[in-house]
Amino acid sequence: MIATAVYLIIYSIALLMMVSLGLAVIFGMMKVINLAHGEFMMLGGYACVFCVRSGVPLWLAYVAAAVAVGVFGVIVERVLIRHLYGRIVDTLLATWGLSLFLVGLVTTLFGPQAWSIPTQFGNVGFGGMNFSSYNFVLMAVSFAMVAITWAIARFTTAGLIVRGTMQDSAIASALGVNRDLIYMATFGYGAALAGLAGAVLVPITGASPSVGLFFVGKAFINVIIGGHLPLLGTVLASSLFGTIDGFVSYVWSSVLGEVCVLIVAVILLRLLPLGITGRFRRGL
Amino acid sequence: MSPEFSANAAVPPMVRWWVFVAILTAALFAAPYFMDDAFQLDISIIFVFALLALSMGFLWGYAGILSFGQTIFFGLGGYSYAILALNLGSTNLPFLGALALPAIFAALLGYFMIYGRISDIYLSVITLVVTLIFEKSVRSTSGPEYVIGSVRLNGQNGIPGVPALTLPWLSEPLSISGVYYLAGGAMLFMYVALRMLLTTRLGRVLVGIRENEKRMELLGYDTRLYKLCAFVIAGTVAALSGVLYALWGNFVAPEMFNLNQAAQVVIWVIVGGRSTLIGPMVGAGLVQYLSNWLGTVGVGQVTLVLGLVLMVFVRLFSRGMLPSIGDAIERLRGRHNSNGSPL
Repeated sequence: MIATAVYLIIYSIALLMMVSLGLAVIFGMMKVINLAHGEFMMLGGYACVFCVRSGVPLWLAYVAAAVAVGVFGVIVERVLIRHLYGRIVDTLLATWGLSLFLVGLVTTLFGPQAWSIPTQFGNVGFGGMNFSSYNFVLMAVSFAMVAITWAIARFTTAGLIVRGTMQDSAIASALGVNRDLIYMATFGYGAALAGLAGAVLVPITGASPSVGLFFVGKAFINVIIGGHLPLLGTVLASSLFGTIDGFVSYVWSSVLGEVCVLIVAVILLRLLPLGITGRFRRGL
Repeated sequence: MSPEFSANAAVPPMVRWWVFVAILTAALFAAPYFMDDAFQLDISIIFVFALLALSMGFLWGYAGILSFGQTIFFGLGGYSYAILALNLGSTNLPFLGALALPAIFAALLGYFMIYGRISDIYLSVITLVVTLIFEKSVRSTSGPEYVIGSVRLNGQNGIPGVPALTLPWLSEPLSISGVYYLAGGAMLFMYVALRMLLTTRLGRVLVGIRENEKRMELLGYDTRLYKLCAFVIAGTVAALSGVLYALWGNFVAPEMFNLNQAAQVVIWVIVGGRSTLIGPMVGAGLVQYLSNWLGTVGVGQVTLVLGLVLMVFVRLFSRGMLPSIGDAIERLRGRHNSNGSPL
């Protein structure tokens, strides 16, 4: 019993972390919530399905999906987002338009039904219940995504520049950093993370035009409550909401889990309007 | 916010505005004599949506609060009416209850968001998430255990057979023409009421807060209370629109909370322009007409077109259509002052 509950909680933390990391990276850099995040995940899912169906091994399909959505993100940044810097509300609206557009486009091209891929992952017995062993793959990818993002930001020169731009973009550009390039790269990286998350979820959910909607609600809450530090915020908020969500879903139902997450989030906003990391001056 | 918003509604409306309202009223009452029932139904639903657009246009354009979740109150109003009316058997009390419940919910939600002083985009996103979760919750209530009073919620399928409204001074439930008059009358009344509200102290303070919240605070106004008032008013207007929707179609469904529905409201307001009150209403009519037309010519995915419309308007005509046309006319007449009286 306890083992099952603990497993479910860790699983929902990992899931939450995975679906919101890309959103958090973009938010942390540009203070913009990308409302098309769910659709980026959806595109990643479709990319993964196409790769697997044409004979590419699953892990390579993940990489391909991340790269494809990353490139798409860069294009979106150049065509749409770039012209709206400094107009946060307009960016929000434009990405919402993009989200509707992508759902419509994908439905037109591939139809409303879910496309799934066969997987050869079996089940494992654990604490008296059977779980798909794929869930462990998902958890591993999720923790790897956070670790790699942290390592890039912490140890590479590019990461240093990105952190500097995040803290003070005016000073960074005065020091010769090409801010537009950094924004574009960050947006692309965030999109790639979303694409990867979508691809990893495909064996569980399949790829359908509305798949993004399953996760975006929790991802948005997670990022807002996380605050302005993308990594620490995501990890802390995911731990909090993953625990609530996992527990309530285990005891009652997953919809009720989501409702509880929302209620806690709204009350938290009254206490911490800037999110959990709102008072932290520095960090990631 | 940005100066492009500059809608100075603080002045009392001019005579020509009253003439305009009088003509609209006359047209509204005369129209059913020239229309068949089907056409009246089509027009009624546009009135209902125009009212929803009006609620958002008021909140966004004048109070500067961008709520993506006007459909929360729209859906909540519809569902409250359906559940109360089916349970109680009468219809007048449920009508009032269906306005009060969403208003209370708006006050609660607004309290946490506005008194927490969360930033504008946080508020937008939170209202969006609330919409999402409402839709999901309602959709998950298909089992027989989800019953309120004697009414099954029915999840995906919604609640059919919502009773028609019987006004206290009439003996029969409203007919199609009755719903038309009710929807049109409610729309016009709310339009005039909100326009007059903007000339009061509350309205002027709201416009002041939109322009510069800190300044209003330093002048001694409790800006949070004013914003909360605006949020509750807009929520109640949206709830009224939801009740009318339930009366129009005699059913309520989770689609009322749908994200696409929420996006449509935003698109109506953006297309029509948010610096006037009439703009969003015209936008609702136009976009609704466009979607119907797209449906009939078989474009298939209406969301695709709506998404494009949203992106194009944000990118190119962020002021919306009516103000842009107004500007063009002013420019043609060689005037540079665009601070004229809004409709």
